Amino acid sequence: MSSRVGIVIVSHSPDVARGTAEMVRQMVGEEVPLAHCGGNPDGGLGTSVEKILAAIDEAWSEAGVAILVDLGGAETNSEMAIEMQPPERQGRVVICNAPIVEGAVMAATESWGGATLAQVCGAAEELSAA
Amino acid sequence: MSEALITVLMVHEVGLHARPSVKLTKLAKGFSSQIEMAVAAEGPWIDAKSIVKVMATKAPKDTVLHFRARGDDAQAAVQALADLVASDFEEAKRDAARG
Repeated sequence: MSSRVGIVIVSHSPDVARGTAEMVRQMVGEEVPLAHCGGNPDGGLGTSVEKILAAIDEAWSEAGVAILVDLGGAETNSEMAIEMQPPERQGRVVICNAPIVEGAVMAATESWGGATLAQVCGAAEELSAA
Repeated sequence: MSEALITVLMVHEVGLHARPSVKLTKLAKGFSSQIEMAVAAEGPWIDAKSIVKVMATKAPKDTVLHFRARGDDAQAAVQALADLVASDFEEAKRDAARG
Protein backbone atom coordinates (compact mmCIF):
# COMPACT_ATOMS: atom_id res chain seq x y z
CA MET A 1 0.00 0.00 0.00
CA SER A 2 1.45 3.31 -0.94
CA SER A 3 -0.67 6.36 -0.42
CA ARG A 4 2.45 8.48 -0.25
CA VAL A 5 2.84 11.20 -2.87
CA GLY A 6 5.10 10.11 -5.73
CA ILE A 7 8.15 12.15 -6.72
CA VAL A 8 9.36 12.53 -10.32
CA ILE A 9 12.71 14.12 -11.13
CA VAL A 10 13.11 15.59 -14.63
CA SER A 11 16.52 16.93 -15.63
CA HIS A 12 18.19 17.70 -18.96
CA SER A 13 21.00 15.46 -17.82
CA PRO A 14 20.45 11.75 -17.13
CA ASP A 15 23.31 11.94 -14.63
CA VAL A 16 21.74 14.79 -12.68
CA ALA A 17 18.39 12.98 -12.62
CA ARG A 18 19.99 9.74 -11.46
CA GLY A 19 22.16 11.47 -8.87
CA THR A 20 19.24 13.42 -7.47
CA ALA A 21 17.18 10.24 -7.18
CA GLU A 22 20.09 8.57 -5.44
CA MET A 23 20.23 11.36 -2.86
CA VAL A 24 16.52 10.99 -2.18
CA ARG A 25 16.86 7.23 -1.79
CA GLN A 26 19.83 7.45 0.55
CA MET A 27 18.54 10.32 2.67
CA VAL A 28 14.83 9.66 2.82
CA GLY A 29 14.53 5.95 2.08
CA GLU A 30 12.82 3.45 -0.16
CA GLU A 31 9.25 4.03 0.97
CA VAL A 32 8.48 7.01 -1.26
CA PRO A 33 7.44 6.26 -4.87
CA LEU A 34 10.22 7.77 -6.96
CA ALA A 35 11.11 7.94 -10.64
CA HIS A 36 13.59 9.99 -12.62
CA CYS A 37 14.34 10.75 -16.23
CA GLY A 38 16.75 12.89 -18.19
CA GLY A 39 18.21 13.25 -21.63
CA ASN A 40 16.60 13.35 -25.05
CA PRO A 41 15.77 10.17 -27.02
CA ASP A 42 19.19 10.37 -28.75
CA GLY A 43 21.01 10.18 -25.45
CA GLY A 44 22.05 13.83 -25.41
CA LEU A 45 21.10 16.58 -23.02
CA GLY A 46 17.40 17.37 -23.05
CA THR A 47 14.07 16.05 -21.93
CA SER A 48 11.39 14.02 -23.62
CA VAL A 49 7.66 13.90 -23.05
CA GLU A 50 7.66 10.11 -23.49
CA LYS A 51 10.22 9.60 -20.74
CA ILE A 52 8.34 11.98 -18.44
CA LEU A 53 5.08 10.11 -19.08
CA ALA A 54 6.79 6.82 -18.23
CA ALA A 55 8.29 8.32 -15.07
CA ILE A 56 4.88 9.61 -13.93
CA ASP A 57 3.44 6.11 -14.45
CA GLU A 58 6.30 4.58 -12.49
CA ALA A 59 5.92 6.93 -9.52
CA TRP A 60 2.13 7.09 -9.73
CA SER A 61 0.29 7.13 -6.42
CA GLU A 62 -3.34 7.74 -5.57
CA ALA A 63 -2.05 10.62 -3.44
CA GLY A 64 -0.65 12.24 -6.59
CA VAL A 65 2.73 12.98 -8.08
CA ALA A 66 5.02 15.97 -7.59
CA ILE A 67 7.47 16.76 -10.39
CA LEU A 68 10.80 18.52 -9.83
CA VAL A 69 12.39 20.04 -12.93
CA ASP A 70 15.61 21.87 -13.75
CA LEU A 71 15.54 24.21 -16.76
CA GLY A 72 12.89 25.55 -19.13
CA GLY A 73 12.41 22.58 -21.45
CA ALA A 74 12.01 20.23 -18.54
CA GLU A 75 9.16 22.37 -17.31
CA THR A 76 7.35 22.79 -20.65
CA ASN A 77 7.69 19.07 -21.47
CA SER A 78 6.44 18.20 -17.99
CA GLU A 79 3.47 20.51 -18.50
CA MET A 80 2.75 18.68 -21.74
CA ALA A 81 2.99 15.31 -19.99
CA ILE A 82 0.57 16.56 -17.34
CA GLU A 83 -1.93 17.65 -19.99
CA MET A 84 -1.73 14.17 -21.53
CA GLN A 85 -2.69 12.47 -18.27
CA PRO A 86 -6.09 10.74 -18.23
CA PRO A 87 -8.99 12.73 -16.74
CA GLU A 88 -8.95 10.81 -13.44
CA ARG A 89 -5.37 11.97 -12.82
CA GLN A 90 -5.97 15.64 -13.64
CA GLY A 91 -5.10 17.89 -10.72
CA ARG A 92 -3.08 15.14 -9.09
CA VAL A 93 0.14 15.68 -11.04
CA VAL A 94 1.84 19.01 -10.40
CA ILE A 95 5.19 20.71 -10.98
CA CYS A 96 6.89 22.09 -7.85
CA ASN A 97 8.46 25.49 -8.25
CA ALA A 98 11.66 24.59 -6.39
CA PRO A 99 15.35 23.81 -6.96
CA ILE A 100 15.55 20.28 -8.32
CA VAL A 101 17.96 18.63 -5.87
CA GLU A 102 16.97 20.37 -2.64
CA GLY A 103 13.33 20.37 -3.65
CA ALA A 104 13.33 16.63 -4.33
CA VAL A 105 14.79 15.85 -0.90
CA MET A 106 12.36 18.20 0.87
CA ALA A 107 9.37 16.94 -1.10
CA ALA A 108 10.27 13.30 -0.49
CA THR A 109 10.70 13.93 3.24
CA GLU A 110 7.23 15.45 3.41
CA SER A 111 5.80 12.63 1.33
CA TRP A 112 7.41 10.06 3.60
CA GLY A 113 5.57 11.65 6.55
CA GLY A 114 2.25 11.21 4.78
CA ALA A 115 1.71 14.79 3.65
CA THR A 116 -0.77 15.72 0.92
CA LEU A 117 0.35 16.73 -2.58
CA ALA A 118 -0.16 20.40 -1.72
CA GLN A 119 1.91 20.05 1.45
CA VAL A 120 4.66 18.19 -0.39
CA CYS A 121 4.98 20.93 -3.00
CA GLY A 122 4.56 23.59 -0.33
CA ALA A 123 7.58 22.28 1.56
CA ALA A 124 9.74 22.24 -1.57
CA GLU A 125 8.59 25.70 -2.59
CA GLU A 126 9.24 27.04 0.89
CA LEU A 127 12.93 26.77 -0.09
CA SER A 128 12.63 29.58 -2.59
CA ALA A 129 10.93 31.83 -0.06
CA ALA A 130 13.45 31.14 2.71
CA MET B 1 -2.31 16.09 26.87
CA SER B 2 1.06 16.95 28.37
CA GLU B 3 4.04 19.17 27.76
CA ALA B 4 7.68 18.23 27.77
CA LEU B 5 10.97 20.05 27.35
CA ILE B 6 14.46 18.68 26.86
CA THR B 7 17.88 20.02 25.90
CA VAL B 8 20.72 18.09 24.32
CA LEU B 9 24.22 18.91 23.13
CA MET B 10 24.79 18.15 19.47
CA VAL B 11 28.20 16.55 19.01
CA HIS B 12 27.79 15.71 15.34
CA GLU B 13 30.93 16.81 13.52
CA VAL B 14 29.16 18.54 10.63
CA GLY B 15 26.21 19.88 12.58
CA LEU B 16 22.60 19.86 11.49
CA HIS B 17 23.30 19.32 7.80
CA ALA B 18 21.07 17.57 5.30
CA ARG B 19 21.10 13.97 6.39
CA PRO B 20 20.72 14.59 10.14
CA SER B 21 17.94 17.10 9.40
CA VAL B 22 16.03 14.52 7.40
CA LYS B 23 16.45 11.94 10.16
CA LEU B 24 15.33 14.36 12.83
CA THR B 25 12.29 15.47 10.85
CA LYS B 26 11.26 11.92 10.00
CA LEU B 27 11.46 10.93 13.65
CA ALA B 28 9.45 13.99 14.72
CA LYS B 29 6.74 13.22 12.18
CA GLY B 30 6.17 9.87 13.87
CA PHE B 31 4.68 11.55 16.93
CA SER B 32 1.25 13.11 17.16
CA SER B 33 2.40 15.89 19.48
CA GLN B 34 3.20 19.35 18.28
CA ILE B 35 7.01 19.50 18.45
CA GLU B 36 9.22 22.54 18.29
CA MET B 37 12.97 23.00 18.23
CA ALA B 38 15.26 25.92 19.03
CA VAL B 39 19.01 26.51 18.99
CA ALA B 40 18.73 28.84 21.99
CA ALA B 41 16.64 28.67 25.16
CA GLU B 42 14.90 31.93 24.31
CA GLY B 43 13.98 30.72 20.84
CA PRO B 44 12.94 31.35 18.14
CA TRP B 45 11.07 28.05 18.12
CA ILE B 46 10.54 26.30 14.83
CA ASP B 47 8.39 23.34 13.80
CA ALA B 48 10.60 20.24 14.24
CA LYS B 49 8.48 18.43 11.64
CA SER B 50 9.37 20.97 8.94
CA ILE B 51 12.43 19.75 7.03
CA VAL B 52 12.96 23.17 5.47
CA LYS B 53 12.93 25.00 8.81
CA VAL B 54 15.11 22.44 10.58
CA MET B 55 17.74 22.55 7.84
CA ALA B 56 17.58 26.35 7.73
CA THR B 57 18.84 26.58 11.34
CA LYS B 58 22.27 25.47 10.02
CA ALA B 59 23.10 24.57 13.62
CA PRO B 60 26.84 23.79 13.91
CA LYS B 61 28.60 21.23 16.12
CA ASP B 62 28.36 21.90 19.87
CA THR B 63 25.01 23.63 19.56
CA VAL B 64 22.64 22.91 22.44
CA LEU B 65 19.35 21.93 20.86
CA HIS B 66 16.11 22.54 22.70
CA PHE B 67 13.02 20.47 22.01
CA ARG B 68 9.58 21.07 23.40
CA ALA B 69 6.42 19.17 22.69
CA ARG B 70 2.76 19.38 23.51
CA GLY B 71 0.44 16.43 23.11
CA ASP B 72 -0.31 12.91 24.24
CA ASP B 73 3.15 11.58 23.38
CA ALA B 74 5.08 14.75 24.27
CA GLN B 75 7.50 13.12 26.69
CA ALA B 76 8.29 10.20 24.40
CA ALA B 77 8.76 12.60 21.49
CA VAL B 78 11.34 14.88 23.11
CA GLN B 79 13.15 11.87 24.59
CA ALA B 80 13.39 10.14 21.22
CA LEU B 81 14.66 13.30 19.53
CA ALA B 82 17.24 13.88 22.26
CA ASP B 83 18.36 10.25 21.95
CA LEU B 84 18.80 10.66 18.20
CA VAL B 85 20.92 13.78 18.63
CA ALA B 86 22.92 12.24 21.51
CA SER B 87 23.58 9.14 19.41
CA ASP B 88 25.22 11.40 16.82
CA PHE B 89 22.31 10.68 14.46
CA GLU B 90 23.40 7.06 14.42
CA GLU B 91 26.12 8.07 11.99
CA ALA B 92 29.26 8.00 14.08
CA LYS B 93 29.75 4.27 13.81
CA ARG B 94 29.30 4.21 10.06
CA ASP B 95 31.52 7.24 9.54
CA ALA B 96 34.21 5.62 11.66
CA ALA B 97 33.92 2.42 9.66
CA ARG B 98 34.34 4.43 6.50
CA GLY B 99 37.54 5.83 7.99
